[in-house]
Amino acid sequence: MSASTAATPPVDATDADVLLRVENVVKHFPVQSGKLFNRDPAVVHAVDGVSLSVRRGETVGLVGETGCGKSTLARCIVRLHDLTSGRVIFDGDDISTLPPRQMRPYRREMQMIFQDPYGSLNPRRRVGSIIGDPFAIHKTASGQERKRRVQEVMELVGLNPEHFNRFPAEFSGGQRQRIGVARALAFRPKLIVCDEPVSALDVSIQAQIINLLADLQSELGLTYIFIAHDLSVVRHVSNSVAVMYLGKVTEHAPVEQLWNHPRHPYTDALLSAVPLPDPNKSAQRERIILVGDVPSPIVPPSGCRFHPRCPKARQDCVDRDPELVPRLSDGPDHLAACHFPVEDGEDISKARPSLATEDRIIEPGLLGGA
Amino acid sequence: MSSSTNAATALVEPAAPVAEGEAAAKIEGKSPWRLGIERLRRDRAAMISLGIIVAIVLMAIFAPVIAAIVGHGPNQQFTAPIGQTAEGQPVGPSSTFWFGTDTVGRDVLVRIAYGARISLIVGLVATVLTVAIGAIVGLASAYFGGLTDSILARVMDWLLAVPFLLLAISLVSVIGPGLSVLIIVIGFLGWASVGRIVRGQVLSIREKEYVEAARSLGAGPWRIMFIDILPNVIAPIIVYTSLLIPVTIVAEASLSFLGVGIPPPTADWGQMIADSQSVYQYGAWWYLVFPSLALLITTLAFNIFGDSVRDAFDPRGDQLFV
Repeated sequence: MSASTAATPPVDATDADVLLRVENVVKHFPVQSGKLFNRDPAVVHAVDGVSLSVRRGETVGLVGETGCGKSTLARCIVRLHDLTSGRVIFDGDDISTLPPRQMRPYRREMQMIFQDPYGSLNPRRRVGSIIGDPFAIHKTASGQERKRRVQEVMELVGLNPEHFNRFPAEFSGGQRQRIGVARALAFRPKLIVCDEPVSALDVSIQAQIINLLADLQSELGLTYIFIAHDLSVVRHVSNSVAVMYLGKVTEHAPVEQLWNHPRHPYTDALLSAVPLPDPNKSAQRERIILVGDVPSPIVPPSGCRFHPRCPKARQDCVDRDPELVPRLSDGPDHLAACHFPVEDGEDISKARPSLATEDRIIEPGLLGGA
Repeated sequence: MSSSTNAATALVEPAAPVAEGEAAAKIEGKSPWRLGIERLRRDRAAMISLGIIVAIVLMAIFAPVIAAIVGHGPNQQFTAPIGQTAEGQPVGPSSTFWFGTDTVGRDVLVRIAYGARISLIVGLVATVLTVAIGAIVGLASAYFGGLTDSILARVMDWLLAVPFLLLAISLVSVIGPGLSVLIIVIGFLGWASVGRIVRGQVLSIREKEYVEAARSLGAGPWRIMFIDILPNVIAPIIVYTSLLIPVTIVAEASLSFLGVGIPPPTADWGQMIADSQSVYQYGAWWYLVFPSLALLITTLAFNIFGDSVRDAFDPRGDQLFV
């Protein structure tokens, strides 16, 4: 793989297997501080040059801390946000700049499941009308036909079709999430973007929804982008996982590869935080404790964005932004954005950065203004 | 009492376990709208004021019947000695003229009945116009945001800053008086307050995930505004509408009182009150008191009803359940 195409995902760009390709997507939000006379508004670098590709029938997990831009990326993919720059290629077509009218046919092919089963269902509308929305909006079925198809979908997701006339308030959280799934499924889309679909649910209900999503995937051949911050959930559902930090993908690899051979120190740190069910193993394990907080996305750090907190940081990390490419002896589908990747068996919990401390501090003022 | 059984079923119904088939079909959720109406029906003040409103509406509808019963037309003048004293003054309440006569010897009772028509028509139609404009502008302003919002919000501020009566008087005197002119002027000058309320509500609702969900399904802005957002702001709109009706009735009466309302000889409460001033000092109290009472009772009934509507549709705390 040549250096120029190094940033592209592991599969061949023209591969028919690829359903969705995200190329260098950037989304900046202006910071609203006094609208008038604000010539040079600050921007939040929510998503800052993300490239991903998703194969048909697969699930790509997207993990990262709160505020790392995973939800923004999801909303960019389904074009709820307009991109600042970059491209989203769905099924071979560039949809990143389509006007709303031309976007409509693609909306039938890609759907979204939202995080909050309470906020995502209109409290004033009956369930039948909510699930029937796709048919009404695209004028594909009306009257009895629409009702029949809605009840069909309700059955598919394990809801009682008799509950057609109820209001969302009459359902439990898990049932509400099934309603959200039913709405997303109405057109049998190719791609479903799940924005933390289970993080608002009880653990027992989480399992039900995850199993439902898995069943639907094998039944209907769906492709998922699965956003979560629960790493065990992601490991269970995903074929490959992309780790995000401060608007960038730090590592993208097949799920077992990522778990067994994390290359990016951030991934390593995240995985070391996953609780182990075995207390003996848990006690033996060295947790990697990161120092500091996630820096402000308004003024992201230079070079590698992780360098202020990275135990392995060197001067290179401050100066150069690492590319997302295969590191060490990894295959072409294991990408990491790190100059000094973690070797197999390396314990970075004892590592110390070889940086002058001044370089690691973003806001010296906070420490008493040295 | 039937209302208490209603309350019991309302509490039990949604929580009842769902049986198969028929039983499940019978259990149907109550819309927030239905719950509001049920709360309203249990409110005694609301029912009494609604009864008064119905009586006033019936009086307006059957004004010709009242005229036939007492045998006087609304514009029929009775000169001395029947409808006026020998000095040309109005005569007081009697078996012939129950509420007395006015300055030119017309039956005050019959004119109050006919005047109710004007008050109610203007009160209802102008309010509906006000609310319709306000709701649409408020929705569009908040949903589209940006420049649209800046312009519409400034228009609202401007309308709220201008004294209503001054502008209304000058507009009516330029266009010329008339029923439809009155309705349009009141409607166009009054929508800003509705617009502001709706705008504020929509600003918070448009950020909800279900609005995002509708957008991700491909819904256009108008569908989102009217199908997804409007039902969620309808409660404050209904509340405001019911509180706006008496305000509009008073606005109409004020304009007529100032001589820029409905042109004579059409019977109108505001005009009658204005007219009565010339004879009140000579002891014709009935001409001032009865139209004023009619106006007072009507606006009071609408106000109390409006308050109850607010309690029913905008519940806070313990009033949440029927």
